[in-house]
Amino acid sequence: MSDPIVHVRDVVHDFGRVRALDGVSLDVEPGVVYGLLGPNGAGKTTLIRVLATLLRPASGSAHVAGVDVLADPTAARARIGLAGQFAAVDAYLTGRENVEMVGRLYGLRGSQARERAGEVLEAIGLADDADRRVSTYSGGMRRRLDLAASLVGRPQVMFLDEPTTGIDPRSRMEVWELVVDLVERGTTVLLTTQYLEEADRLADRIAVIDHGRIVTEGTADELKERVASAVLEVRTAPDDLERARTLLAGIVGEEPSTDPSGSALRMPARDGTGTLVAAVRALDGAGIAPEDVTLQRPSLDDVFLAVTGDVPTEVSA
Amino acid sequence: MSAPTTDHAHTVSVLRTRTTPATAVRDALVIGRRNLLRNVRLPQLLVFATVQPVMFLVLFAYVFGGAIEGTLPPAAAGEYLNWLVPGLMIQVAAFGAGQTALGLAEDLQNGVIDRFRSLPMARSAVLAGRTGADLVRNAFVIGLMVVVGSALGFRYQTTLLRFLAAFALALLFAHSLSWVMAAVGLRVRTPEAVQSAAFIPVFPLVFASSVFLPTATMPDWLRVFADNQPLTVVTNAMRGLMLGPGALPPGQDLVTEVARSLAWVAAITAVAATGAIRAYRRIAA
Repeated sequence: MSDPIVHVRDVVHDFGRVRALDGVSLDVEPGVVYGLLGPNGAGKTTLIRVLATLLRPASGSAHVAGVDVLADPTAARARIGLAGQFAAVDAYLTGRENVEMVGRLYGLRGSQARERAGEVLEAIGLADDADRRVSTYSGGMRRRLDLAASLVGRPQVMFLDEPTTGIDPRSRMEVWELVVDLVERGTTVLLTTQYLEEADRLADRIAVIDHGRIVTEGTADELKERVASAVLEVRTAPDDLERARTLLAGIVGEEPSTDPSGSALRMPARDGTGTLVAAVRALDGAGIAPEDVTLQRPSLDDVFLAVTGDVPTEVSA
Repeated sequence: MSAPTTDHAHTVSVLRTRTTPATAVRDALVIGRRNLLRNVRLPQLLVFATVQPVMFLVLFAYVFGGAIEGTLPPAAAGEYLNWLVPGLMIQVAAFGAGQTALGLAEDLQNGVIDRFRSLPMARSAVLAGRTGADLVRNAFVIGLMVVVGSALGFRYQTTLLRFLAAFALALLFAHSLSWVMAAVGLRVRTPEAVQSAAFIPVFPLVFASSVFLPTATMPDWLRVFADNQPLTVVTNAMRGLMLGPGALPPGQDLVTEVARSLAWVAAITAVAATGAIRAYRRIAA
């Protein structure tokens, strides 16, 4: 394993009486997408702010691309890119002017900044709209422009704080493609998300963060295996649901949870198909005809439920 | 989407990793240019910055002018406009200063300051670029007062040099108010709150002063405040410079009043800039 490009040890930070980060340690290998998954207020943004030199933590240490971000923030800033929760672009400037300005603030001279802005706008798919004012851009285009601006400095590490919160599904897909593109060209991406699907789809490794602590860490598959090898989902007529719950609890050894639609039960299937067969037999014996029975790989929702005891709330801040 | 030609993770970085006084100046110019473009490109700002002061000038000159011309010192040469223009140069500086607070509060709310703080740029550039751009905006609006005032009949009664000294004094005072408002904007942090925090206190300061009218007829308690607050001190000094020592209240001399004005400007700038820089640093806590 190569040296971690992001190295965080025992970071603690309080906002007043609220402990936002409660001893966070993590390592990110170069060239991966690393997902920080957690509900609102879990500490994701606070951790990103520490790593992006915006916030000095109360204690702990953080290194990015070999630089101690607390001891030498300017050197760290030259190696990172940040796209926050809001598109931090100026509506009264054109797309090109926004990107060029950031280039100059990275220390590029006029002609270099112009050239680099052209490259980045091309890469991000905004070349045709580059000379329009940002006030005419859609929300998705502003996000992409914000990403373009954070790419100007050829960052070794990109921090994306909830890059797709509040944008439409098509723009979301475009941002995902950009992230994949970035990593293919060697940038390490650390992104936060409260969308389980997003972490599952993009991240090579995921840390689940809750109440300022990393509660579990691994690849998406590892996390899912930590819960159970499989999940059994049984859909019944609404009248039969509670009877089925009691019956199935006896078979799998724990109370099945109700899926978000409220019409199906989910439970760990530790014996895989064996559990499935036993469940179907028991239901049949009790005269309950299931509408649907499936054996599934666990979702990240299941992981979250298993490690935090609660399903994450998917409301945006 | 096509790929950029370079593999950015493996390119030797040409970017700065240290800031120097030279890069600090460059960064401040980049930020200052951005802030000026905001003034030029947002029509409502341009209107606020130009129409509103011109309206004040015209209304005050023609509504109050006739009533008070007789009470003005002879140095005003019988023209209320001659008396009014130096005062309005200070009034527009005071009313316009809130834009500094508003701009910073908006940048904080939109995440723009976070972006700046995540870049390897000079830390001083955000505030220097803001107050610097506002100095240029003030020069434009204060100059506009002189131009429109002159078109309506304003004439300075001394020398060009003294007139320019008065103009410079107005700019220095405007700049000191920008720092006050920078401190306010960074503490209040939301544009909505800035509206009241920055604009409301300006009204009593402008009206309870010698900006529009001599303070002599005010009740004692108000006159004591009005005569000693910075807007009056600076306005009087400007009138002394533009219209001659006869425009000063009885018993005052020009050198002392200009010195008092500069002392006010220096004190306000020092205290407010310290406060603004502290508030800016505290964003990181």
